[in-house]
Amino acid sequence: MDIFLQQIVNGLTIGSLYALVALGYTMVYGVMKLINFAHGDLVALSAFAGLTIYTSIFSNGGTSIVAVITVFLFTAMIIAVVGVLLERFAYKPLRTAPRLSAVVSALGAGLVIQNAIMLIWGPNMKIFPSDLFPSTVYDINGVVITFTQFMILGLSSILMIALYLFINKTKMGTAVRAVAINQDAAQLMGINVNKIIMIIFIIGSALGAVAGLFIGIYYRGITFDMGWMYGLNAFVAAIIGGIGNIPGAMFGGLVLGLFNALISGYISSAWAETFTFTLLIVVLIFRPTGILGETVAEKV
Amino acid sequence: MVDNEILLEVKNLHVGYGAIKVIKGIDLYVKRGEVVTILGANGAGKTTTLRTISGLLKSTSGSIIFDKEDITTVYAYNIVSRGMSHSPEGRKVFGTLSTEENLFMGAYTLKTYDKDTLDWIYNILPRLKERRKQLAGTLSGGEQQMLAIGRAIMSKPKLLILDEPSLGLAPVLVRDIFKAIKEISINGVTVLIVEQNAKAALQLANRGYVLELGKITHEGISEELLNSTIIQEAYLGKKR
Repeated sequence: MDIFLQQIVNGLTIGSLYALVALGYTMVYGVMKLINFAHGDLVALSAFAGLTIYTSIFSNGGTSIVAVITVFLFTAMIIAVVGVLLERFAYKPLRTAPRLSAVVSALGAGLVIQNAIMLIWGPNMKIFPSDLFPSTVYDINGVVITFTQFMILGLSSILMIALYLFINKTKMGTAVRAVAINQDAAQLMGINVNKIIMIIFIIGSALGAVAGLFIGIYYRGITFDMGWMYGLNAFVAAIIGGIGNIPGAMFGGLVLGLFNALISGYISSAWAETFTFTLLIVVLIFRPTGILGETVAEKV
Repeated sequence: MVDNEILLEVKNLHVGYGAIKVIKGIDLYVKRGEVVTILGANGAGKTTTLRTISGLLKSTSGSIIFDKEDITTVYAYNIVSRGMSHSPEGRKVFGTLSTEENLFMGAYTLKTYDKDTLDWIYNILPRLKERRKQLAGTLSGGEQQMLAIGRAIMSKPKLLILDEPSLGLAPVLVRDIFKAIKEISINGVTVLIVEQNAKAALQLANRGYVLELGKITHEGISEELLNSTIIQEAYLGKKR
């Protein structure tokens, strides 16, 4: 029972990270019908950028709330800018081109970012400092939860609730949903579609940046090509939840994280990916639009 | 109601998709307070004309003057706040948004939506009030059309552009829709309407244009067009 509960905690932690990354995929897909394959590499870039910001500004070490907040805000801002540039130069010129062109451009942009990371930070694994968060460990009836895990679960939940409220309760969020449904009709409402797409890339990239930093803090070792693996898992999470659907991405991330953790705990972590993609296939066979994905039929 | 001031003027408009020319030099105008209709068969270029006026398409030459400003090169999303609102062909309501959210999107260019306008819409299109929490995609075709019209007037436009509001609707609903359009027009909104239902459109409109293969072939006040034999044969289904 203890192993089970422990794996639940671990699964929710990694699941929250998948969910944060999956939101980036699903929002871009929802609005542009484009799989942003470069998104995972933005997550990796975030970990490296965060590492450099932390070590160069706070080289004396020592944990301070100011240092952590600065690293998170700075990194999120940088990655958001990179995300906007990515859209501007890799996707916007292809807005009216066949969809496959944009997907190829996304794959290319991902390679560019990945290789840029390698050129700047080198091909070897970098180790994230361990002193961003205190190494406090909470033991609740035999279930261990670290301060880092606690922060991952807490901040991810806050960000996801904030995003949910923004999308569903604000005028701008409603405009995002309107653009996702029909861009021409949205323009006829006076909505600037380019501005909405920019907002989507800012939010998606910033959420991915937070996930990238947490990956660095939680797993410590970061490599230039890690974006592919995290990106792929998050992409699977987005599809399981129903791509284009925001609560679906959150749900899919958590489901995949839990599933991964239980497989790792009871079978072997070596099998985790095999089971991940098996789960994907099973979900797609029985719910081709994902677990929460459903489309309201449009009356003609 | 109709004064002599011209609200919308289209001069020598040409529009094409790539090498295909769809609109081949049309001129039309709409005076403030008028209801003007554009009639024509499928493929004549009616929808293309409207989409160009509201900025969704760019013309290859010619000019569009709205409320004394040249809007030929202005983007669609910047035209709405100048007082032009376009309810597109096929309704294009936001299916996964509620009826009410659709109406709020209609008021996107305003700081906050206008309560009086919303009440007025619920008054002339009472079905929308009953359905206000329901997802727009689950409404009937007629209700979706009402929503598309309501959504378009939430921005408090000077000019309302309607593209085929009766398309695919039962006659009883067509009557309701035209009654609502009349009501909107009486309240001071200028209306430019494209219709397949030529008789209903001409009965509502002050003037009409007939578009054939990208050119205007006839124009005149509605009574004249209703009584013209050419129009009767081509669009009103009367035999000689």
